[in-house]
Amino acid sequence: MDISSTFAAAFGLIFGLDPQFLQIVGLSLRVTLTAVLLAALIGLPLGALLAVARFPGRSALIVLVNGLMGLPPVVAGLIVFLALSRSGPFGAMGWLFSPTAMVIAQTLLVLPIVIALTRGTIEDLWSEYREHLTSLGLTGWRAIPTLLWDGRFALATGLLAGFGRASAEVGAVLIVGGNIAGYTRTMTTSIALETSKGDLPLALGLGLVLIILTLAINAAAYGASRIGSRFAG
Amino acid sequence: MAMRDIASILPLSVGGLSFEADGKRLLDDVSFTLPKGGVTAIIGPNGAGKSLTLRLCHGLLAPSAGSVLWHTDTGRRRHAMVFQRPVMLRRSARANIVHALGAVGMTEAASRADAALARFGLAALADRPARLMSGGEQQRLAIARAWALEPEVLFLDEPSSQLDPGATRQIEQVIAALAAEGMTILMTTHDLGQARRLSQRILFLNRGRLIDDAPTEIVFAGKASADARAFIAGDLLW
Repeated sequence: MDISSTFAAAFGLIFGLDPQFLQIVGLSLRVTLTAVLLAALIGLPLGALLAVARFPGRSALIVLVNGLMGLPPVVAGLIVFLALSRSGPFGAMGWLFSPTAMVIAQTLLVLPIVIALTRGTIEDLWSEYREHLTSLGLTGWRAIPTLLWDGRFALATGLLAGFGRASAEVGAVLIVGGNIAGYTRTMTTSIALETSKGDLPLALGLGLVLIILTLAINAAAYGASRIGSRFAG
Repeated sequence: MAMRDIASILPLSVGGLSFEADGKRLLDDVSFTLPKGGVTAIIGPNGAGKSLTLRLCHGLLAPSAGSVLWHTDTGRRRHAMVFQRPVMLRRSARANIVHALGAVGMTEAASRADAALARFGLAALADRPARLMSGGEQQRLAIARAWALEPEVLFLDEPSSQLDPGATRQIEQVIAALAAEGMTILMTTHDLGQARRLSQRILFLNRGRLIDDAPTEIVFAGKASADARAFIAGDLLW
């Protein structure tokens, strides 16, 4: 099969709304969006708390979180695998090789990004707002809702960065999901598998969707910062 | 129902107030009382401890020694502060005021915010992002935001140092009007003309010490300390 007919077949899959193709794209989005949502619910308050709280070991914790941003996905996958495997602490839940396991692994990958970027954003905002909020009696955790809301545009960019990392990642979901057709097969694991099998149109079609998704994420991040400077100053 | 004002937090008694940072004594044994009403201006050279005195009185900083005693402690903050560079939240002008009112209910906060905006001529700018307003508008919003808290005492730190002459005059009119309504104002300023126009009483600080505490006309007539005379004449103080 030559290159041009490969492209033609790939576009055929995308625009022909092939059910198998849509199922893979849908699962990928569902897993990644759920992971980002969970990471946001946990990471935004924790990151903000890390920004305003002062306690022994804070610097070490910040270095740790920053370091975990570079956690290799396969290592995250291995950790979740060990935790969910039959003999692991959460083995009884039966989550291994399921979308739930993939969500957990991706949450683990996105969480350090959300915490670290939130910490940086909120710390800058806190140094600017501190006297005013203290004057209003909003100190410590009571300042956090104000800071999160006022940092909303910068924080949206951080969440999109987390979404970008999770959607492009292959190692972790492959290890804990198992790449089971129709159940835990995502865009990235499909591309890896189909390329090695020689089904280039499916791999290429999914690759194009991933690239478009990445561009869309970057456009959204750019838009968020532009809207932020226009409407919030 | 009692005739006496049982809720008043005034007079404020400041006694032996000192503040040290990094081993340097920035404020040294400052004592004064602030009775109800009027405008008191703190003047003095850069680094004299003017803003520091306001921050200590407002409770933003804890003194190294000495005390800040309000006549009654009602638990609720009855004093508010406006900073030299107004802190504008990344929200509309109205939302800035509503946020400051925090504890009161939503409808109560909204009506008090609208009243404050109207009171300070900002009604037309209510929905404008606060950080995109001009310097003078931001300073007026900061004062409106503090006023909405219904404080007995307002601390103003260099209220017009960032403003052009027109905006400065507007701010001075606002301060005079608030004082006329009975609000007690303690302000710092490096603008001696402003201190003279607005205040009835001067606290002159130099190198962390309170040198003079006298009526404004006495200080400007040169009848206070030699240091104050030299400062007003523009001679450098070391």
